Formats: sequence, structure tokens, C-alpha cells
Amino acid sequence: MNTEKTAVIKVENLEKAFGKKEVLKGINAEIDKGEVIVIIGASGSGKSTFLRCLNCLEDPTGGNIFFDGVDIADPSVDINIHRQKMGMVFQQFNLFPHKTVLENMTLAPIKLKGMKKEDADALAMKLLERVGLADRADSYPSQLSGGQQQRVAIVRALAMEPDVMLFDEPTSALDPEMVGEVLDVMKSLADEGMTMVVVTHEMGFAREVGDRVLFMDGGVIGEEGTPEEVFGNPKSERLQSFLAKVL
Amino acid sequence: MSVLTFSGWIESAPAWIIKLPEGLQTFIFQLYQTFVYANRWTFFAEGLKITFIVTICALAIGIIIGVIIAMVRTLYESYTVNKPPVILRAFNKIAELYLTIIRGTPMMVQLLIMGFVVMQPKTETGSIICGVITLGINSGAYVAEIVRSGLMSIPKGQTEAGRSLGFNYIQTMWYIVIPQAIKNILPALGNEMITLLKDTSLVSVIALRDVTKQAQNIVSKTYSAMVPYISLALIYLVIVIVITKLLDRLEKRLRKSEH
Repeated sequence: MNTEKTAVIKVENLEKAFGKKEVLKGINAEIDKGEVIVIIGASGSGKSTFLRCLNCLEDPTGGNIFFDGVDIADPSVDINIHRQKMGMVFQQFNLFPHKTVLENMTLAPIKLKGMKKEDADALAMKLLERVGLADRADSYPSQLSGGQQQRVAIVRALAMEPDVMLFDEPTSALDPEMVGEVLDVMKSLADEGMTMVVVTHEMGFAREVGDRVLFMDGGVIGEEGTPEEVFGNPKSERLQSFLAKVL
Repeated sequence: MSVLTFSGWIESAPAWIIKLPEGLQTFIFQLYQTFVYANRWTFFAEGLKITFIVTICALAIGIIIGVIIAMVRTLYESYTVNKPPVILRAFNKIAELYLTIIRGTPMMVQLLIMGFVVMQPKTETGSIICGVITLGINSGAYVAEIVRSGLMSIPKGQTEAGRSLGFNYIQTMWYIVIPQAIKNILPALGNEMITLLKDTSLVSVIALRDVTKQAQNIVSKTYSAMVPYISLALIYLVIVIVITKLLDRLEKRLRKSEH
């Protein structure tokens, strides 16, 4: 087991209830630096809620989330500072439609980190080049395809130079032919050593890129292990029947 | 100054007027006594100044109040399952009370209460401030609902994207949600601005000499109502048409920046 020091995120007994409805019923997990964690599970199993609790987009109703050694589940902690170090990518991209691609990417670095506009622009252009979209810097999101929008959403999060990247079903809203280009970007990010937590239905990605797979079931982690263990030798019946349906 | 009479005026009138039919002569006389005689056009000019000051300042106050109230209400409503914090619940109650009272009582009554019960201004400046505050508070209630509808029209994902980057609630509103919402609410906001401009005609009840009051003053001097009041209507009409055109242009320009 890893000590608390190498873990970027340490989750202890995390609980989340919406009113009376318990969605997360005590989750324990550690995410180490450079690790790619893939979360799979049926819809309603709480996997998206778990991810959204990690940067407190959903306020946990119990338990602790240590990020950089600080319990960000504690309501008295200024979550905004910690969120700057946690990039998030959404299913629906959520680019800002009134801003160009470049403005989407530089808004937070300029306003939150006090970065000079030229520096922020340069950083953004470098990132855009990496995902092959440098020529779309002055486009508006609505002029881009879904796959392009999601790639921009990824580099927008990267422009804040985060320690962790959270992906909430990043390819679920894409046309099938665009899934590949987004997964490629995520793969290269993983290769560079980015710590990533990915909720996805792309089992191929989970198998190929994931260091560890968490199978969520009924608000708890039903099973976890390396992709080989989870996909090759599923122990629980629930996981077996889930895999039978999705593979 | 002695009272100007038609017979007195026609004696000294230029020859070309005397040749005109009698009806037209009367009309020109009324125009003359409304605008030219004793520099009465300055009444309108002075009144317009007050009307503009009150409209613009009240609009500014209305927008500030409206945005704050709308943000409180939107934030309160964003807690769908969990209970909002106590402070927010208190602010939301205050906001609801404010909306109920302001929208539930006539503007005229609000002016009477502010002018003769609450503030009781003694000077002209005091009256202007009283008028501005009253109209601003009144307008804020309507602006609040307009802004709220605009904020609600922006998908939740926009707020989440902003928050996930590390912006706080206010910053997210300011940089991301409000700029998009403005485009959606501009027509309704323009309407509110026009309503406010016309509602300034009520401030005469707290002894403010806006353009309507000045037209009344002229009528009380000339004993002839038609020209001053029709002119007054035309003045409002022209201003509203100009505002409408400007807003149209602004709306087109904003739409252009988004695709």
C-alpha cells in the first residue's frame, strides 16, 4: 500500500446523499501520482457522483477527501484554490460559447493565476498545437465538431497546469467517429505521467491505458484491481454480469 | 412678466402671419407662447435634464439591485436537494419580501411614501435623490426577475465548468454566466428601461420638476393645454424611439460575436 505522502488524492469513507437517497455509501480510495484510475460501473452506480465529489462539484455528506494533504471535504476549506489544481472534463464539453477557443483557455490562467495575457496565450497555443487545433484558436466553440470541442475542453483544463485531471464520461456525447481523437489525447496525457481519474464506458481505453480499474456498484467500490485482474478474472458476480453486458 | 394675449401678439406679428387663415394663426400663437415667449423652451430643457438624470441613475441602481437579488435567488434555487446555508435562506427571504412589496404596490404610492414619510427631502437635490432611490428600488424588482430568467437560461454545465476551473460563484457569474445571459435578456431589459423613462413622469408628486411637471407649469401660465401636452408626448416618443434603435443595434452587435 502507498503511504499518504505519495497519494495525490486519498478518499476516506466518502458518503454522498441527495436528500434521503444515498448515492455513495462509504468509499475508500487512493490515487497516486501519475496513476490513471478508470471508474466503470452501471448507470446509477454512483461513479459520476464519486468523480464530482473529488473536486466538490457535489458536496460530500460524509467522509474525507485529502488532496495535497488538505481535507477538501471540509466545508471551511477554500475549495476554489484546490480546484485550480484539479482539471475537469465534462461529458457535454461545457466550453464557453461567448468566447473563442483561445479565450476559453486563457480566462482562468489570467484571472486566477494572474498570468500575463501574452504568457497565457503562448501556453494555450502550445497546448492547442499538441492536440492539433492551433489553427482553430480564434474559432468559437459552435464552429467546432464535438471531438474538437472536447479536445479544447481538455486543453482548457490543462492550461491551469493541474496536478490531477478528472474526466466525466468524456466520450459519451460524441459521434462514434470522434471518440478516437479524444481518447488519443487522453492516452498521450497518460503517457506523459498525468494523474487521471476517468469515468468511462470505453472498456478498450480502460484496459489499455488504465493502471487501476474501480468497479462501482450500488454506491460502493465493488471490485478493484489492474485491468488484467478486473477484465481477465472478475471475482464478483455483479462485475461478471456487468462485463458480459458491455464487452 | 405681463400675460401674453393673442390680440397683443397679433398686433406686433410679422406681416406673413397676418395673411394666414385664423386657425393657423392661433396655432402659431400657441407654439409661440409655449416655446418662444419668455424663453419657455428652457422649461422643457430643464425638465428633460431632470428626467434624464432620474432615469439613468435609477436604472443604474435598478440593475445593481436586480443583479444582486437575482443572484441570491438563483443561488438559493441551485440547492435542489440539500438545505441552503442559513445566511442564504435569510437573504432569499429578504429578496422575496422585497419583490412582493415592490411589485405589489403602485409606483405612485411608493413615491408618496418615500417623499413624504421616509425621506421628506427639503431641497431640489434632495428630491432628485429621493426620486432616484425610489425609482431605482422599484425598477430593481423588475430587473431582478428579468436577470433571473436570463441566468436560468444558461445551462448548468457552464457554471460547473467555471467552478471546476477554480472560479468562485461570483466570478463564474461575472465572467461566464452573465455575459451570456445579457444577450438573452436585452430585449426585456430594454423594455424595462423604456418603462422607467416613462415612469419618471410620476416624480412630479414629490415636487420634482421633470419634463412632465414643466409642461404642466407652462399650461398653468398659458391656459392652453394642447400644444404643451402634445409636445410633451412627442418628446417622450422621440426619446423612446432613439433608445429602441440603439438597443436594436447593440443586440445585433452582441449576436454577431457569437455563432
